[in-house]
Amino acid sequence: MSHATTTDVQDDRPRTTPEPRTGGLSSRSLPRWAPLGFAAVSLALGVGIGAAAGWHSRTQWGLLAALLFLAISYAATTAVENQRQAKDRLATSVVWVCFLAAVVPLASLLWTTVSRGAERLDGYFLTHSMAGVLGFEDTGGVYHALIGTLEQVGIATVISAPLGLLTAVYLVEYGKGSLAKAVTFFVDVMTGIPSIVAGLFILSIMLMAKIEPSGLMGALALTILMVPVVVRSTEEMLKLVPNELREASLALGIPKWRTILKVVLPTAIGGITTGVMLAIARIAGETAPIILLVFGSQLINTNPFSGAQSSLPFYIYEQYKVGEAASYDRAWAAALVLIAFVMILNLAARGIARWKAPRTGR
Amino acid sequence: MASTTPLDLPPAPPAPRGRPGSTGRAGDKIFIGLSRGSGILLLVVMASIAVFLSYRAVLAISKDEGNFLTTLDWNPAGDPPVFGIAVLLFGTVVSSVIAMVIAVPVAIGIALFISHYAPRKLAAPLGYVIDLLAAVPSIVYGIWGALVLVPYLEGLNLWLDQFFGWTYVFEKTEVGIPRSLFTVGILLAIMILPIVTSVSREVFLQVPKMNEEAALALGATRWEVIRLSVLPFGRSGIISASMLGLGRALGETMAVATVLSPSFIISLHVLDPGGGTFAQNIAAGFGEADEFGRDALIASGLVLFVLTLLVNGAARLIIARRKEYSGANA
Amino acid sequence: MAKRIDVGGLTAYYGSHKAIEDISMTVEPRSVTAFIGPSGCGKSTFLRTLNRMHEVTPGGRVEGKVLLDDEDLYGSGVDPVTVRRTVGMVFQRPNPFPTMSIFDNVAAGLRLNGSYRKNQLADIVEKSLRGANLWNEVKDRLNKPGSGLSGGQQQRLCIARAIAVEPDVLLMDEPCSALDPISTLAIEDLIGELKERFTIVIVTHNMQQAARVSDRTAFFNLAAVGKPGRLVEIDETERIFSNPSVQATEDYISGRFG
Repeated sequence: MSHATTTDVQDDRPRTTPEPRTGGLSSRSLPRWAPLGFAAVSLALGVGIGAAAGWHSRTQWGLLAALLFLAISYAATTAVENQRQAKDRLATSVVWVCFLAAVVPLASLLWTTVSRGAERLDGYFLTHSMAGVLGFEDTGGVYHALIGTLEQVGIATVISAPLGLLTAVYLVEYGKGSLAKAVTFFVDVMTGIPSIVAGLFILSIMLMAKIEPSGLMGALALTILMVPVVVRSTEEMLKLVPNELREASLALGIPKWRTILKVVLPTAIGGITTGVMLAIARIAGETAPIILLVFGSQLINTNPFSGAQSSLPFYIYEQYKVGEAASYDRAWAAALVLIAFVMILNLAARGIARWKAPRTGR
Repeated sequence: MASTTPLDLPPAPPAPRGRPGSTGRAGDKIFIGLSRGSGILLLVVMASIAVFLSYRAVLAISKDEGNFLTTLDWNPAGDPPVFGIAVLLFGTVVSSVIAMVIAVPVAIGIALFISHYAPRKLAAPLGYVIDLLAAVPSIVYGIWGALVLVPYLEGLNLWLDQFFGWTYVFEKTEVGIPRSLFTVGILLAIMILPIVTSVSREVFLQVPKMNEEAALALGATRWEVIRLSVLPFGRSGIISASMLGLGRALGETMAVATVLSPSFIISLHVLDPGGGTFAQNIAAGFGEADEFGRDALIASGLVLFVLTLLVNGAARLIIARRKEYSGANA
Repeated sequence: MAKRIDVGGLTAYYGSHKAIEDISMTVEPRSVTAFIGPSGCGKSTFLRTLNRMHEVTPGGRVEGKVLLDDEDLYGSGVDPVTVRRTVGMVFQRPNPFPTMSIFDNVAAGLRLNGSYRKNQLADIVEKSLRGANLWNEVKDRLNKPGSGLSGGQQQRLCIARAIAVEPDVLLMDEPCSALDPISTLAIEDLIGELKERFTIVIVTHNMQQAARVSDRTAFFNLAAVGKPGRLVEIDETERIFSNPSVQATEDYISGRFG
């Protein structure tokens, strides 16, 4: 039976379907290269019109080309296919244009930082402070700022990681009722606090207790920014630990706190580490609280508990404000160091997440 | 390590100890105490942020000879001290609105690109790169904005003035470098793009396969699938992503401080230099402020704090309501 | 309206993995054809090649042809969107659009395919809901969300949504597997009514269901573990269940494996 059908079908082979039947399945359509063609045409038009009108900024050329591209592909598709296909193509085009429009500034940002930063970045830059260096001189380095950043971020992490971890454990493992709800809500609120407000809060304490600026004060503000991030990410990770594991352990008569310490946390440790590292990466770039609380310094101060310090982001801002060619170079170089620091943390964190993920998922 | 620990359990139980129950109970108590304590500590910190800021703000505002809300000046060191937040509020809102108008649609576009349009091999690395970009510190955006973007936008500003000057908003009355609220808005848009994209993309990827297939099986084009199932499903996610971005834009300090050429005026000519934002004013004015001046800045910071709280709260409410009516004929 | 399906030498892949191999069969119009077979034998994959949903899955591709009244679904110049508009589908789990009302769910396909006047739309929605035996249960709450209905009602809503655009063929992928027995019965009755108007193909795990609702039954099986699925035989349902021509079919039906 089925074999008979097969031969029938194959006898039908000359199925050129020449005429696009109305109501049939096939319809007229633009060739596959059409979008590329439209893009080329509109790019040429955009550049042509832009150059003819004497617009200087290529931003406008690009914008014009993008608009032309949208218009041409919509019109052509409406003419050849139909309105639905045209809308579909318009959406596709818009999405591509969005993507390309965003790539340009973000790529420029990374490219500028890397290329300008590499000019000045060397061993000398990493190992010298700005002591005695005037703004226009092209010596000096970032060593004191590096120390400041590492110490401030280190202190913030030492406080935030356990605090955030414990809070997350409370929310996931114990939390019920209004206290847990309140904590959840305010952790969300804290996530949205602008860094400058966190800085002002510590500042208000300093004003009242007559405390002088120091690395520690900056670290406390960074802690306020870091804790909610750690809580959120740890919470997500703990929720991923299957309940069966907890029950298996509890059923063995193991108390809950040991279950959490020995079963739940180890299972989620990869994800938790990732979350903490991402949080570090986030606060390492914070500038505003440092301006208010650490005050900045040209000198090496290895004691975070007393006296002004610098930090990488603060250093960038400071060098930018000096406004000399040499200080701009230093700012870019420091920006490159900062971005490298943040990126390495990010990549390492994601590496850990990937490395640990299959095991926890088993 | 992680996976072997559960297997290590059998030797771990309290067998060798004399009274297994009691150690467990004491341990449990300590552990609960610690973790609950951390939660409470967070609440205390939150409360004290509000209390301390308000206290210092009241100290400052009580001596303000101007109107804190409407005065178009910031001179707490003067005699009498006069300062008001009108300019800062205006500048903060305008620059953030510009940033949102530009960033949100583009971010949704990119998120859709990554989740539904990009070639599959490209999609995962792209998402990765976007996440990395979200981690670029704002000060780096700041110096890039000041040293690269600002000169670059000069042409665009002239062009906008030439063709859209009649709208008043885009009229350029001062020649010169565009260290304006408009430029700040564009820079903020670029800054919040990665985070809004990243959150939206995650939501779009969570749309249940069966919802998309329902649309496909009705003969929907790709765009119609997105309109019928992806966007409705992702709506609350888009809103929360946008609010997250807005929160960042409102409180952004460094990018504004480096790019804007501040002045205490309110002008709807967004292309002209001038204006200010809360965060920028605090960072810029802090250096030369005395203790009273700092209190005045804290007062303005309190307003920023409340503003971001309102935005976050609104986002939360919207999402909660969406959830409630998630099936409604919206 | 109801059209005949001719499948010739159809092979479907997921990436480099061959899921089904060289399947040929004919599905008569205005009849119910049931696909049965053990899990993983490719019957659902095959069903999804009949409206080009298979290629939506990453890596999914197809060789061979599927003729719908002599027109090849996989011919060049054929728009998969048009194919899916012509060959409706109902899924394993009811999937109404969660943000839409009952009315909008049924009208969704119509709105995609053209503009209708309000009362026209209302007529078609009512007709489709009646066709899906759901009208009486929902006529007072058409503006309520479709996700508020029970599972069985949701599945009938999905059927109403599928038949509202008047497809030529209706594919059903285990439409009752997520439902309770009473809802299942309601759907089975409905299938009996719908076959007056549509060509229906149903995948089912439940052999009693195949026996109850279908006119013809196709038995699919894996050639061996790790090998692609294939069509063992297709025949009148009565014969398949009483006197199949292949031993494997009898073994499966009598419960010796699967």
